[in-house]
Amino acid sequence: MNIYLLAIDWWFIIEKLVLIALIVTLCLIIAMYETYGERKVAAFIQDRIGPNRAGPFGILQPLADGGKLFFKEEIIPLTSSKYLFVLGPTLAMITALLTSAVIPWGTSLEIGGRNVALQVADINIGVLYIFAVVSIGVYGIMIGAWSSNNKFSLLSGLRAASQMISYELAMGLALIAILMMSGSLQMSVIVNKQMSGALGGFGGWNIWYQPLGFLVFFTCALAECNRTPFDLPEAESELNFGYHQEYSSMKLGFYLFAEYINMFMSCILMATLFLGGYDIPFVNETTLAAHIGQNWVALLSFLSLLAKAFFLVFVFMWIRWTVPRFRFDQLMHLGWKKLIPLALANMVITAALILWMNS
Amino acid sequence: MNQIQYTNRAKAVDRRPLNFIERLYLWNIFIGMFITIKHFFKKKPTVQYPEQVREVGTAYRGLHILNRDEEGRERCTACGLCAVACPAEAISMEAAERLDDEEHLYREEKYAAKYEINMLRCIFCGLCEDACPKDAIYLSHTFTPTNYHRKGLIYKKEDMLIPNPKTQPEEYAKAKGLIDDKKKK
Repeated sequence: MNIYLLAIDWWFIIEKLVLIALIVTLCLIIAMYETYGERKVAAFIQDRIGPNRAGPFGILQPLADGGKLFFKEEIIPLTSSKYLFVLGPTLAMITALLTSAVIPWGTSLEIGGRNVALQVADINIGVLYIFAVVSIGVYGIMIGAWSSNNKFSLLSGLRAASQMISYELAMGLALIAILMMSGSLQMSVIVNKQMSGALGGFGGWNIWYQPLGFLVFFTCALAECNRTPFDLPEAESELNFGYHQEYSSMKLGFYLFAEYINMFMSCILMATLFLGGYDIPFVNETTLAAHIGQNWVALLSFLSLLAKAFFLVFVFMWIRWTVPRFRFDQLMHLGWKKLIPLALANMVITAALILWMNS
Repeated sequence: MNQIQYTNRAKAVDRRPLNFIERLYLWNIFIGMFITIKHFFKKKPTVQYPEQVREVGTAYRGLHILNRDEEGRERCTACGLCAVACPAEAISMEAAERLDDEEHLYREEKYAAKYEINMLRCIFCGLCEDACPKDAIYLSHTFTPTNYHRKGLIYKKEDMLIPNPKTQPEEYAKAKGLIDDKKKK
């Protein structure tokens, strides 16, 4: 028995646990500061200044908001289905955090002679895993909306479900082109493939080969995250905030948090799939590692991934404060009649090109 | 459709069907995003209020101030004209007769023993200022009175009196400067 226990690579488990803790903390902190960023971006676009009272430049505003949410009264409506009512935000939060497991966050670290990959699980169906988890995410919204026993919430749940299902199709089709190019569902393979491109990896980014695919994927990601112009599930003016109308205190906080984590994760995913992942543009990582050491390169590559993701987050916010909300029929029209054919065409053209170039 | 045209400012609405680029919608989104990003980098017109106070004009009508003469005697004689002029009925007062040993306090034989303005009722129209025959009441440049109770917003005479030129000459000069600016208008 003891021999078996010793045979397990305990360092491996510790290393993964630490990594998980770090990534979850990182996601939560970034989600917090996304709310701050959102308010600042909104304010600047509307010629205002935004929160600037709590701490220098309002840096402590998210803490104040979070504290406020914690101290709010926890209300569970009498007519709601209590178990599901609590399950809704839990599910939303869990699925939002689950996606971070397969993201490669940077080149590997070297600690005490061990090669520590900055990725929790490098499974060979990484992309598929993300799609599976994201599809579960819609249950969080649906269950919350339904169990609230409120007509507006129910309507919003319906909207969320139909929107997410229809946009996931186009998203998946846009992704197939990428998968055909890289020949694998494994995230690390997709990133490595891009990093081996010209100009220190910059020329290998998938966005140069799949601009249309990126556009479709980006639009679908907006819809998946319930961001404007696709924020119909929480249309304030029509549905009184939609599915989280009956929620208060930290349960509401979980929904809002999950949304921001989703946004961050989809931006990270887009950066990984289309913008070269943790690739530092114009720099060859292996030669750089020989100069300044592997751990510094890991840090720089991680920062590079974050920079790309933050830029995309900024574009998300920028779009939110530019484009007004779609009508529901327009949303369905765009999803089914425009994006899916586009993604299909993109897929067919890519397939044809790959066949032609290989023959 | 023979509508009478009163002005030439009316603009015809463009009802042409959308062309291909407009129907793509994407290009128009880019134009919109360009507009919003221009605003993003614009200078913001915000005035950081408590630290930074916007300048107001000399004719500005803020909280009331009760004037004194150069020797620091109250000018108000409790004639009640301001109260009559007040459209919001915010002013109330009680008159009293000046005693012999109070000549250094009040300018004339009659004075206001109690003088109250309800700042919640006041509409800051400045009619009391116009009505006063004794040069006794002015509207200053101070605004945003705050208080925790409604009662606290019924301002007493002590809350509104101009600083005494004998004891607080600097403050008096400052307040007097505002009043003189007003008089010039």
